[in-house]
Amino acid sequence: MTLPLTHQLINLMACLLLLIAFAMVSQRRILRLIYLFALQGLVLSVNTAVVAFATHQPHLYFSAALTLGIKVLALPWLLHRLIDRLNIRWDVETLINIPTTMLVGILLVIVAFNLALPISQLAGTITRSSLGMAMASVLLSFLMMITRRKAVPQVIGFLAMENGLFFAATSATYGMPMVVELGIALDVLVGAFIFGIFFFQIRETFDSLDIHHLEKLKEKT
Amino acid sequence: MNPGFLVSQLFQTLLAVLLAPLVVGWVNQCRAWLQNRSGPGLLQPYRVIAKLFRKDAVVAHNASWLFRFAPYAVFGCMVLAVSIVPLLATDLPFSPAADVIALVGLLALARVWMSLAAMDVGTAFGSLGARREMFVASLAEPALLMVFFTPALISQSTALTTIVETLAHRELTLYPSLAFAGVAFVMLLLAENARIPVDNPATHLELTMIHEALILEYSARHLALLEWAHALKLMTYAGIGIALFLPWGIAAAGQWGVMPLSVLALLAKLLLGGAALAALETVSAKMRIFRVPEFLGMAFLLAVLGMLTRLLLGSAG
Amino acid sequence: MCSAGSAKSKSTCVSSWSSAFVLAVPLYWIAVGLLGLSSKASRRTHARAFFPLGALGGLVLAAGACFSLGAEPQSLVLPLGLPDLPFHVRLDSLSAFFLVLLGAVSTGVSLYCAGYFEKSGDGDIRLICLQYHVFLASMAVVALADDAYLFMVAWETMAVASYFLVTTDHRVAQIRSAGLLYLIVAHVGALSILLCFGTLQLGQWSYAFDAMRGNTLSLPWASIAFVLALFGFGAKAGFLPVHVWLPEAHPAAPSPVSGLLSGVMLKTAVYGLLRVSFDLLHTRVWWWGVAALSLGLATALFGALFAAVQTDMKRLLAYSSIENLGVILAGFGLTILFHSYDMNVLAGLALAATLYHCLNHALFKSLLFLVTGSVMHATSHRSLGKLGGLIRRMPWVAAAGLIGALAIAGLPPLNGFASEWMLFQAFLLSPSLPSSYLSMLVPVATAALALAVAMAGYVMVKFYGVVFLGLPREELAQAHDADHWERAGLAWLAGWCVVLGLLPALVLAAVDPIARALVGATLHDATQESSWLFLTALQPERASYSAPLFLLGIVVTVLATFLLVRRFYHGRVRRSAPWDCGFGPLEPRMQDSAEGFSQPVKQIFESFFKVERLQPSPFDAQPLYRSRIEDRFWYWIYVPVIWFAELISSLVAVLHHGRIHLYLIYSFATLLVLLLLIQ
Repeated sequence: MTLPLTHQLINLMACLLLLIAFAMVSQRRILRLIYLFALQGLVLSVNTAVVAFATHQPHLYFSAALTLGIKVLALPWLLHRLIDRLNIRWDVETLINIPTTMLVGILLVIVAFNLALPISQLAGTITRSSLGMAMASVLLSFLMMITRRKAVPQVIGFLAMENGLFFAATSATYGMPMVVELGIALDVLVGAFIFGIFFFQIRETFDSLDIHHLEKLKEKT
Repeated sequence: MNPGFLVSQLFQTLLAVLLAPLVVGWVNQCRAWLQNRSGPGLLQPYRVIAKLFRKDAVVAHNASWLFRFAPYAVFGCMVLAVSIVPLLATDLPFSPAADVIALVGLLALARVWMSLAAMDVGTAFGSLGARREMFVASLAEPALLMVFFTPALISQSTALTTIVETLAHRELTLYPSLAFAGVAFVMLLLAENARIPVDNPATHLELTMIHEALILEYSARHLALLEWAHALKLMTYAGIGIALFLPWGIAAAGQWGVMPLSVLALLAKLLLGGAALAALETVSAKMRIFRVPEFLGMAFLLAVLGMLTRLLLGSAG
Repeated sequence: MCSAGSAKSKSTCVSSWSSAFVLAVPLYWIAVGLLGLSSKASRRTHARAFFPLGALGGLVLAAGACFSLGAEPQSLVLPLGLPDLPFHVRLDSLSAFFLVLLGAVSTGVSLYCAGYFEKSGDGDIRLICLQYHVFLASMAVVALADDAYLFMVAWETMAVASYFLVTTDHRVAQIRSAGLLYLIVAHVGALSILLCFGTLQLGQWSYAFDAMRGNTLSLPWASIAFVLALFGFGAKAGFLPVHVWLPEAHPAAPSPVSGLLSGVMLKTAVYGLLRVSFDLLHTRVWWWGVAALSLGLATALFGALFAAVQTDMKRLLAYSSIENLGVILAGFGLTILFHSYDMNVLAGLALAATLYHCLNHALFKSLLFLVTGSVMHATSHRSLGKLGGLIRRMPWVAAAGLIGALAIAGLPPLNGFASEWMLFQAFLLSPSLPSSYLSMLVPVATAALALAVAMAGYVMVKFYGVVFLGLPREELAQAHDADHWERAGLAWLAGWCVVLGLLPALVLAAVDPIARALVGATLHDATQESSWLFLTALQPERASYSAPLFLLGIVVTVLATFLLVRRFYHGRVRRSAPWDCGFGPLEPRMQDSAEGFSQPVKQIFESFFKVERLQPSPFDAQPLYRSRIEDRFWYWIYVPVIWFAELISSLVAVLHHGRIHLYLIYSFATLLVLLLLIQ
């Protein structure tokens, strides 16, 4: 029993999303992180377009275009400008070394797949089997946020998590109402601006974007 | 046993043994073209092997019988390995004797013989090559086993001929699990065959040698056998990759009429594969030996992801 | 006793004769030991007389147990023992398998001892003879025991006899402390086993195994019994974290004794674990299997990594034993996992792989320890940094060592590969487990097993290459090859490594009745035909491997290559110096030392080891580099326990004043209290 081409494409997009999430967890350079994030946005918009084509829901085309505009063009450009002005191009430092991070990532993938199995059997959409992969990429982005020392990769991890949630929403419920999507897109854009402002403040206070400097802010008892 | 099967097995083995240096020559030629120079010609590896066979062997004073025996053992193991892989047809009478795990074990046997022979002479290069080769192999073998897991899950068997038959007779569909496993396999091919980015096959600098350090002390017919065995190893890996990921064109058992077509299909796939390998080598740089575990870890990860994808998506993956 | 009759009665006749021989061998061994103690012959005559007698006993034991493999279990009640608990003895297929293991290995080791002990000057040969044979006899009785009392008596005898053998060279302080550590951990384990038996008898006060078989424990008590058994037998087998005695005790003992310790004594622990989990406990829970599997894989990885960074020959082999016991435990865990989900045929496959690996490890590990014994005798060096190039001076030992190293690295067509092949096939079948978490986690765990196996290859190339190949790192001109007795022992063990690799069907035929008894199904339930040529997992279409054809293929291609090359291109061979890059003459010190060979592993896996380095500075008159690798478990677990024990004993020492009046007051007070209580 073979699936039609659209189903296979959606499965392939889900796998690519997971692959990009892993690549981001194991990446060392910030510039490549941003490119991977842009690629993830591209995968997301292609997937939305394919779902729109397969289920004949034209409003998803708008969603795909919105994703393309914001996540592939606007946000990466913003982040690129940010790291240019902050003048950071170093290797990303991690709390635990990269092979261990990848092993933990595999365990998270297994957990996510197992959580998704009963849900995907109940859901009635065509893309139900890719729900597990979307959850796995959410968990991996969270892992990326936890295991980084500097601020910018943590923000990218946060944005990648939002990507994974968006994918999960598309695959489980054929997208969200347009109002919710526009609201989320705006939130993400405004959030990126605010992050940029905060980074400058942190850098001015501590002369570095290393997160552990923020621990100095706790009260001395 | 049908004598026709035996003939087909011998024909396939002989074809692989004779074709292997040509594959290496093609890869080198593609690399030369990509680097904007005129290469040494497609048949250069044959000329090198012929030249080496005619020379006198120079052996160190303190080399033992192991040093002189190892090239024959390695060559024999590689010939056996290439006869297990179904290149032209799936009716190989030798295939019930060795499955995929035995193939991995056979490649490990050849590797151990080479490493021991390299340590036999007592030079610094030999032991350096031996330790690096065994270390890279000890990380690559688990990844290779995981790569084999996915097709074994799909076809419910670890015999290569059964895997090929199952995979070749499915309709043309995108299997993400096999895609992951395929990328992982390419990375492992680079690692195990001493290609950039893991090892430079054309270098003799101590900092960058792995495979070359193992065969540094050899000369004449021993070196010729080892170079041929190296080419055969590349042929074996290419054959495994084709059998697992591009199995269309391999004749099923007993179909003699399709044999010329399968030879043509094999040549076409090797042509494309060799060009792709050369392109990959040209755009990558050799990485530090201590970054190699990360590279192999990535390959292992992709292979495991492929297997998990298969388990999650079921027959759709 | 036997009359001419039908084939069935003839076979029972044969099996009753063979079981009689099997039961007689432990007594024969004790007799040989006592004779050896009382003999006044010279060292040379003593060794050459008594150890071959022991070898003969081993041969008879192995042959007799072979016949009992497929037969019905035979029990006997001996007139010895406690008044209401006489010694029960039972010979069933599981005991027979481990007796075959013991007999085969001890034959080779005893033959080797005949040549080994005549040379080394330390230790009184008569005492060694007694301790050695009592050790062998106690291990045989452990496999035969059918009640808890005889089992514990034999277990303790085994521990005490091996303690004396380990501390043969008791004038060296390090050996004494190694023996003490060994004894302490062995007794902690024995205590845990005793508690396990206490749990199994369920308040009925009958310690015979037959009574325990009849008991059905509730799930919490069964789990407690299983955990106690795992800990207790694990302390003897060297599982994490009670493994610390192994790398100290096995190198401290004389080499043949190390071979027996690694080869056979660790397997008696596996026997005990199998007996308790499958024969005496009737429930099987999935998390037992998961616990055993993860502990086994962790032990295997630990052993492999630590073996890769050792610089002492025998410590390297000791850590390699830890690795292989981890692999065996992983197979055991997989068996329990399959059995708890009622997938009995798969459980039979995993059990067959586990038992096969037990036998293989016994053979090749003892072979390797005997090889180190010959090397130590010839060169009086133990450290890898002082050896090298011995393949030219000791060709026989080198050839035996090559077979052992190739076998332990899991390379076809030898026996290590066959058992690992079966274990991989069992792991490959695990995606069919019903639980979705397990069906995803267990295949990923296969990668850990593959890493341990691949690391074993690395370790063995290091061991063989540094000891036998290359140039001698110190002056080793006086090294001589092994003598005839030693060669006989080495050849016996190496030959069996090859035979068991080429004919795995022999072992599978032996394991069949065990699998049927323990898990209720065997491999041959899945496939009706079984041929001696092929090793199959479930069906031949699924996976098959034939070692004889493999070997034939290699031999044919190598011969064909050689003949063709000789016919067409026969150049001469010229000897000259090795290529030195233009720097001048090569020193033996320029080749890799043992530390150098392990440097990639030390660098990449640094967080697993505790490394202490002493680096030289450029201003040192005599620069010195030293690096010591230690086990973190010693500092995490054992040092706090030792500190706590010393604290408790120092508190108790408060009661010791040395004054007689105080002690009399203690006795008086206790007497008063007891009298009041009884009232």
